Amino acid sequence: MNIIEVEGLSKNFGHLVAVDKVDFQVAEGEIFGFLGPNGAGKTTTINMLCTLLTPTGGRATVNGYDVVRQRSEVRRSIGLVFQEPTLDEYLTAEQNLRFHAYAYKIPGEIREKRISELLDLVELSDRRKSKVRTFSGGMKRRLEIARGLLHSPRVLFLDEPTLGLDPQTRRHIWDYVLALRKQHSLTIFLTTHYMDEAENCDRITIIDQGHIIALDTPDKLKDALGGDVITLKAQDNNAAVLELKEKYSLSPVIENGTITFSVPQGEKFLPKMMGNFQSPLVSISLRRPTLDDVFLKLTGRAIREEGAGIKELAMKVRAMRGHGR
Amino acid sequence: MADTFRGMWVVAYRELLRFISERSRIFSSFAMPLLFLVIFGAGFNRIIGSLTPGVNFIQFMYPGIIAMTVLTNSVMSGLSVVWDREFGFLKEILVAPIGRSGIVLGKAVGSAAVAVMQGIIMLVLAPILGVSLTPLLVVKLIPMLILISVSLSGLGILIASRMRSQQSFQIIVQIIIFPLIFLSGVFFPVNSVPTWLAVISKINPLTYGVDAIRQLFLGREIAAMGGAMGGNFAIGVTVFGHTMTIIEDMLIVVILGVILLSTAAWSFSRQE
Ligand SMILES: Nc1ncnc2c1ncn2[C@@H]1O[C@H](COP(=O)(O)OP(=O)(O)OP(=O)(O)O)[C@@H](O)[C@H]1O
Ligand SMILES: [Mg+2]
Repeated sequence: MNIIEVEGLSKNFGHLVAVDKVDFQVAEGEIFGFLGPNGAGKTTTINMLCTLLTPTGGRATVNGYDVVRQRSEVRRSIGLVFQEPTLDEYLTAEQNLRFHAYAYKIPGEIREKRISELLDLVELSDRRKSKVRTFSGGMKRRLEIARGLLHSPRVLFLDEPTLGLDPQTRRHIWDYVLALRKQHSLTIFLTTHYMDEAENCDRITIIDQGHIIALDTPDKLKDALGGDVITLKAQDNNAAVLELKEKYSLSPVIENGTITFSVPQGEKFLPKMMGNFQSPLVSISLRRPTLDDVFLKLTGRAIREEGAGIKELAMKVRAMRGHGR
Repeated sequence: MADTFRGMWVVAYRELLRFISERSRIFSSFAMPLLFLVIFGAGFNRIIGSLTPGVNFIQFMYPGIIAMTVLTNSVMSGLSVVWDREFGFLKEILVAPIGRSGIVLGKAVGSAAVAVMQGIIMLVLAPILGVSLTPLLVVKLIPMLILISVSLSGLGILIASRMRSQQSFQIIVQIIIFPLIFLSGVFFPVNSVPTWLAVISKINPLTYGVDAIRQLFLGREIAAMGGAMGGNFAIGVTVFGHTMTIIEDMLIVVILGVILLSTAAWSFSRQE
C-alpha cells in the first residue's frame, strides 16, 4: 500500500495557482524529497497533506485517510516539522513536548519515557528544563523533530528541516533521519532546496511553479542527463555556445556567465574537444552530474540556494548605491 | 467529543503554564482597574457622598472594578491567540487532533482561570475600602466570575480569529472595550442617569455582569432599603419596570457567552 496518494491536487490563492494538478505516490518507509526553488509550491503541498489547507481540486490520502474528510485520522498519523519555528519559546523543552503528548493523547505510562528517549535522541536531555527561548536555531530544530516523532507517526513531514543550520548540524539531523527510517519503518516526506540533501532521498520530485517536472531516484535523474557535466567560461560565451552546438550537436545552457552541458564519458570527450576548439577559453572543468544540473537542464534556471540569493541581493544593493553617487 | 474535551484541557493547561512563567503580566493587569479606583474614588467620593445609606461611591464602584478587571483580562485572552499565530505555535495547535471548538474552549477556560485569579486578588482591597467580605460571598463570587470571564473570552477570541498582528488586536480591543466598560454601570448607577445613557447601558450586556457582582457585594444594603423591588434606584438594573435579580443577570451573561463562543469557534474553523 502507498502511504501517501495524491491525484490531481491543486491549490489556488485567488488567481495564483500555487500547486497545479500534481500526482504522486509515496511508498511506506520511503524518504521522499520535494525539491524546488522559492515559491514552487512545496509548503503549500505539505499544508494540504497535513490538513492545514483545503485543496481547491483533486484528492489526497495519507495513511489511507482522506485529507479533507478524515482530518483527525490524518493528523494522528503524521508528525510535522514546519518551515518556520512553531515552538512555544516561553516554555521549557520538556513542557513543549508534554503539551504535544497531551494533545496527541499519549498514555501516561509511556509519556515520560518517550519524552526522555526522544530528548536523548536529539541530544537535548541536559537542556530539558531550559526555556526554548535560550536555544540556538539548531537546538530548536532538533527539539521540533523530537516533538514531531513523539506520538510515533507513520509519516514525518519535514519542511526544510535544515534551513539556516551549519553544515555540521545539518549532517547531524540527517543522521537522525536516516537512523529513524531504519528503526521505525517511518516514511519521511521532506522539502529542501539543498541539492546535496536531496541526494539522500530514495526518490525526488522536482517541482517548479506548481508543476511536477520530474520524479525519480536521484541516480536515474542524473543518468537521464546523459553523462558528465562540463562547465566552461569562454572569452565570448555566445561564440563558444554556437561552436559547441555546431561541432558536437550539444545543447549547452548559459547561466551566470558560465556554459554548462553534459556529455557521455566526459574524461574522454574533454581532451578531444580541447584539441580543436576555436573560441578562446578562460576556464573549464569536468564533474559528475548533481541534482543542480538536473534542475538547470529541466528549467533552464539554476535553483537558487540561500547563499546565492543573498550574494545577488548584496550585489544589487551595491549597484544601487553606485547609482546614487 | 472526547477530542474536543481533551483539546480544551491541553490548551487551557498551556495557557496557565504561560501565565505562571510570565509573572510581570500578573501585575500589569491590575494597573488600570487600580488607577480607576484611586482616581475616581478619591475624586468623587466626597462630592457624591452616599448613594444609598451605608454605601459610598468607592464601595459602589468597587464590585464594578472587580468585574472590570475580570472582563478586561478575559477579552485580552484573544491576545494569546494572536501571539500564537505570530510566533507559529498556533500551527502546532491547529494540526493536533483536537478540533477547533476544543481550541476555542481551551483558550476561554485557560484565560478565564487567569482572569478569575486576578479578580480574586482584587479582593485584598475590600477591607481597606470598608467593604465586608464573608466566606459565603467569596464562594458565590467565584462561579460568577468564571461565567463572566469564560463568556467574555469569547469576545477576545472572536476578534483574534480575524487578526494577524498584536497591534491591530490591541487597537480593536481598545475601541470595543472602553465604551463597553464605561457604559456598563461600573461608574454610575444605571437607573439614575439620563434616559439615553440608561438605554445604551441596558443594551450593553456587560451591565448585567457588573450588576450581578454589585448585588452580591451590596445585597445587604439593598435589603436594608426594603428589598430589591422597593424603589431602590442607586443599585440594580431595572428593565421594563422589572429589577433584575442576580440569577437573571447571570442568565444574560451566559447567553452572551454561548453566542460569542460559538461565533468564535465558527470564525476560527472557517479560516485555514
Ligand atoms: N496564504 C497564501 N496566500 C496567498 N498566496 C500564498 C499563500 N501561501 C503561499 N502562497 C503563494 O503560493 C506560492 C507557493 O508558495 P509555497 O510557500 O508553497 O512555496 P515553497 O515552495 O514552499 O517556497 P519556499 O522554498 O520559499 O518555502 C507562492 O507564490 C506564494 O506566494
Ligand atoms: Mg516553503
